[in-house]
Amino acid sequence: MADISIPSTSAGAVGRDPLTVDALAGPRKRARKESFIKGIFFIAASVSIIISILIVASLVREAWTFATGVEWAKTWGQNGWFPRQGVYDMPTLLVSSLIVTVVAMLVAGPLGLGSAIYLSEYASKKTRSLLKPVLEVLAGVPSVVLGFFALFFISPQVIERIGRNGWLVIGALIFVAYIALVIGWARNLVQREAGTSIGTQVKRILILTALVATALILLWWINSVAGSADPAADNFFTVKRSGQLAAAAVGVGILTIPLVASVAEDALASVPKELRDASAGLGARKMTTTIQVVLPAAVSGIVAAFIIGISRALGETMVVFMAGGAADAARFTSSPFEGGLTMTAGMASLATGTDNVVGEGLTFQSLYFVGFVLFVLTLTLNIVAGRFVNRVREKY
Amino acid sequence: MVNLTDAEDVNPKGLSVSAENDADITVEQNTDTPVDEFPAEDLVFDASDLSVYYGDFRAVRDVNMLIKRKEITALIGPSGCGKSTVLRSFNRMNDLIPTARVEGTLLYRGVDLYDERVDPVEVRRRIGMVFQKPNPFPKSIYDNVAYGPRVAGRKKGLDDVVEHSLKKAALWDEVKDRLQESAIGMSGGQQQRLSIARAIASDPEVLLMDEPCSALDPIATARIEELMAELKDEYTILIVTHNMQQAARVSDRTAFFSVEVDETSDRRTGLLVEYTNTEKLFSNPDDERTENYITGRFG
Repeated sequence: MADISIPSTSAGAVGRDPLTVDALAGPRKRARKESFIKGIFFIAASVSIIISILIVASLVREAWTFATGVEWAKTWGQNGWFPRQGVYDMPTLLVSSLIVTVVAMLVAGPLGLGSAIYLSEYASKKTRSLLKPVLEVLAGVPSVVLGFFALFFISPQVIERIGRNGWLVIGALIFVAYIALVIGWARNLVQREAGTSIGTQVKRILILTALVATALILLWWINSVAGSADPAADNFFTVKRSGQLAAAAVGVGILTIPLVASVAEDALASVPKELRDASAGLGARKMTTTIQVVLPAAVSGIVAAFIIGISRALGETMVVFMAGGAADAARFTSSPFEGGLTMTAGMASLATGTDNVVGEGLTFQSLYFVGFVLFVLTLTLNIVAGRFVNRVREKY
Repeated sequence: MVNLTDAEDVNPKGLSVSAENDADITVEQNTDTPVDEFPAEDLVFDASDLSVYYGDFRAVRDVNMLIKRKEITALIGPSGCGKSTVLRSFNRMNDLIPTARVEGTLLYRGVDLYDERVDPVEVRRRIGMVFQKPNPFPKSIYDNVAYGPRVAGRKKGLDDVVEHSLKKAALWDEVKDRLQESAIGMSGGQQQRLSIARAIASDPEVLLMDEPCSALDPIATARIEELMAELKDEYTILIVTHNMQQAARVSDRTAFFSVEVDETSDRRTGLLVEYTNTEKLFSNPDDERTENYITGRFG
C-alpha cells in the first residue's frame, strides 16, 4: 500500500471540497462589463449598416416616384437629357457614361496592368520602393485637381492636338519603331553579334526606310483626302478650348491607374514563387514565365482589377463634371470628341448648392432615379469583382 | 596531372581525376579506399573553391566536388548548411535571387557555367530541376509536360514527348486518359512525378532534385526513389535530402555539408566536410563531424 499524497495548494482544503458550478462561474461584474463592451462595438457596427439602409431606402423611394410618375413613352428617345424641361432621356447619360468608362479603361487597363507587372515581376527592391509611393501619390490626387488638369491640359493639348489627328499618332509610332529598329541593327553592325554580313544589314535598313517612307506618305495622302468637315479640328496647330468626354475620360483613366495597378499587383504577388522557379528551371525566359505562367495563374485577380477599375470610372464625378463639356443638360452624343453628360455629372450639376432643384415636376426625382441605376451597376460590378478576387485566394 | 589527394587539402573533391589527356581518367577516393576509374567524358561537374554569397553574406564556402555521369550524388547536412544553395548554383537558379553571387569555378563538361557569355536559360534547359514542393502549373497535365519543349521552341511531336516523359516518370498509366485535366487535382505524389516528367521532357542531361520527397508520404517517397534508380541509367542526378536513409538508399556518392558559426557576427556559413562513396560515408566516415551527424549526435 502506497502513501499517496495529493499536492495541496496554500488554501489546503480546496482540493477536497466538492466542486460546484458557482465556483467556476466567475464574478458577475466581469460578465456584465464584457457584454457592455460588446454592445458598444455592436452599435458602432450597426450605425454604418443603418446609414446604408437609409441611403438605399431614400434612393429607392424617390426613384420609384420618378419611375412611376414619368411618361416613359414620351421621354425615352428624346434627343438629350434636359431635366429642367422634363426631358429625361436615359440613353444620353448611359452612352456618355459608357464612353467615359471605355476610354478611361483604355488608359487605366494597359497602364495599370503594365505597372503591376513591372512592379511585381521586374522591378528591383529599390526601384519598387521608389515607384510604389509615386503610384500612391497619384491615387491621392484630389479629383478636382485632375478635373482642372483634364480641362486645361488634356483636352486642348492632348485630345485636340493628338486625338483628332490620329494619322499623326500612327505616323509618329511608325517613325519611332523605325528609329528603334535602325538603332538596334546599327548596334549589331558595330558589335557584329548578329552573325549577318554588313551587306545584309545595310540592305535591311534601306528596305525598311523605303517601306516607312511609303507608309508615311500614304498616311499624309489619306488624311488630306479624307479630312473632316471641320478644318479647324484637323489642324494640329489650332486648339479649341472646351471640355469633351474624351478628355474627361483620360482624366478618369489616370485616376483609375493606381487602383487597377494595386489590385492587379496583389493578384500577381499571390502567385507562388514556386511556379516562377519551376518555369525558370525548365529554361523559360522571364517574359515567357510572366506571360505563360504568372498571368494565367493570376487571371481572375486581373479581371477583378479591371472590374473594380470600371466601377470606379463609372462612379467618378468631379472630373467628368468639370471636363465633360456640358453643364446641366446635354444632347445625345456617341462621339467622345463632343461634350456630354455622364450619369454622375448629370446628378452633380443639377444638385449643386441646394435641394431646391428648379424644374418641371419630376426633375428632382429624376436625379434619384439616375443615382439608383448607378448604384445598381456599381454594386453588381463590385460583387462580381469580389467573386473573382476570392477565386484567386482559394486557388493557392 | 590533377591530384587532389594531398592530406593538407581541407576540402577534397571526393574523387580525383588524374589525366594526361582525354584518355582514361583515374579517379581515386581521397583516402585509402579503392580507386574508381572512368573515362574523361564521364566527368559532368567540376566545382573548384565554389562559394556562394547573398550580398556580403557568404552562405557556403569552398566547395570542391567532381560529379560523375549517370550516378546519383546526394547532398546531405543539417539545415542552413548551404546544400540547396550549392545545388541551385549548378543550374544557375541562384541568378533569380538579385543579390546572389558565385565565386570559384564550376565547370560543366569542361565549360565554365559562370562565364559571362553563358546564358542561364540555356544552362537550365540542359540541367533540369525538381523542387521540394510539387509545383505543377495551373494548366492541364499535357500542357505541364509540354511546357519545357514549348519554351524551347518545339512545336511538332509534342504528343510523343509527353507520352515518353510520363512513361519515364512512371505516371503514364495513371493519367493517360485525363491528359487534358488540370494538374492541380492530382495527389502530391503524382504531382511530384509530374514535376519529374516535366523536367525530363526538356531532354536534360542532368536532373537536380531539391528534397523531392520532403512533402510526400512514405509510399509516394518509395515510388520516387524507385524512379530515381531507373532514371540513373540515362541521367546524372544530384539530390539534396534531409533524410539520411534516403541518401544511403539511393545514392552512389554522398557529400556531407556542415555549418560553421562566426562567433562575432553570428553568421552561419556552410561548408563541404566530406565527399565520398555513400557506403563508406555511412559506414566509416573520415571526418568526426560526419560521424557525429550520421550517428545522430549533431544536427
